Amino acid sequence: MNSILSTDLFTYFSYLFLNTKLLFFLNFRKKNILRTNKVLNFFFKMQSKRPLSPHLSIHKYVLTAVFSIFHRFTGIALSLGAVLLALWTYLIAMGEDYFIIFQSFSSHLIFKIFLFLWTLAIFYHLFNGIRYLFWSYGKLMQLGVVYKSGYAVLFLSALTTILVWLSV
Amino acid sequence: MVQFTLPENSKVKKGIEHPVKDISEQPKKIIIYRWNPEDEQNPRLDSYEIDLKKCGPMVLDALMKIKNEIDSSLTFRRSCREGVCGSCAMNIDGVNTLACLKPIEEVNGEIRIYPLPHMPVVKDLVPDLSKAYDQLASIKPWLQRSEENKSSNKIDKEEKKQTPKDREKLDGQWECVLCFCCTTSCPSYWWNSDEYLGPAVLMQAARWVNDSRDAERKSRLKAVNDSMKLYRCHSIMNCTRSCPKGLNPAKAIADLKKAIVTEL
Repeated sequence: MNSILSTDLFTYFSYLFLNTKLLFFLNFRKKNILRTNKVLNFFFKMQSKRPLSPHLSIHKYVLTAVFSIFHRFTGIALSLGAVLLALWTYLIAMGEDYFIIFQSFSSHLIFKIFLFLWTLAIFYHLFNGIRYLFWSYGKLMQLGVVYKSGYAVLFLSALTTILVWLSV
Repeated sequence: MVQFTLPENSKVKKGIEHPVKDISEQPKKIIIYRWNPEDEQNPRLDSYEIDLKKCGPMVLDALMKIKNEIDSSLTFRRSCREGVCGSCAMNIDGVNTLACLKPIEEVNGEIRIYPLPHMPVVKDLVPDLSKAYDQLASIKPWLQRSEENKSSNKIDKEEKKQTPKDREKLDGQWECVLCFCCTTSCPSYWWNSDEYLGPAVLMQAARWVNDSRDAERKSRLKAVNDSMKLYRCHSIMNCTRSCPKGLNPAKAIADLKKAIVTEL
């Protein structure tokens, strides 16, 4: 920390250099450069003497926030899973020899567990997404209703996942 | 710039345990975040013990008792002691709220008190809110009737009346006391506080957008229609959860988004 403060002009320029390099991969729009500068200035203001009060480590985990972050996690999991799914279908399309490779994967227990979690992620993301649609209309946004609909999402996604796996 | 961990100078260290002077009937341990700019040291957690039999019912009463009787160097903002001024906003037991509205009884075990999260600390429980106030000023939180004030027409200078129905649209928004409990509980605001306006300011924006007497509804909506200013809200709902006045900033923001889609 002290080293940054003591050579603060040097670090400022090196950060600036770093960010101009990053900007090369983004774009040179004036708005973006100004934005980067603003962020940098803010960053250096935060580095000043005043400490930053603790946040993630002390704030209670509010259930609504947990639902929200899991919507994001499941979204990431789904997009990664979609790539794997494409690979597996590709293996099937390649013919018998490759289909055996696919089968050696899919008969594995770990694979099935992952697939189960993936179906859970699909339904969670689906039902939570429907909740977001209602919120876009400003409906069902009272705190009590939000909690209830959250539990409903959990229940429905668990139920549909089990139903899907029973029918397979 | 998302930074999940605290910078080196903000890491909280173990602090002083203030000794208990006399045996109390109903002891309660209170742990408070302390930082003094003159010490040039990291923040620390001091612990105090008070007797609930000789203390008022709210957390603010406990803080005043500590300041009066145990440690006069403890610093915090307070004024009205009844949830009208919004000065004593702090993080109590993990949730942002007004110390004057939070009963001690509601907290099981020791009470942990921190300043509002992810804010630069001035001293102890006093955060630097100047950034948030600048953001509030940026949405022009006053009545705008620019065109009529310029005209010399006498009718235009008359009092602007509001029907009870139009007045009802402001309910749940005008009550905000700007304590910034909601803004500082919002993870989106933690990571984007340089650009995202935050729930408290956006609710004020909604309050002026919904005012039937205001002539600048469209330009207000246009000003707030920005990917960073407004759309960093992902309906995490921490704001509604923590509002000590029981308001719903998340709904106000959703209505703002809706108005932008339907009217602009």
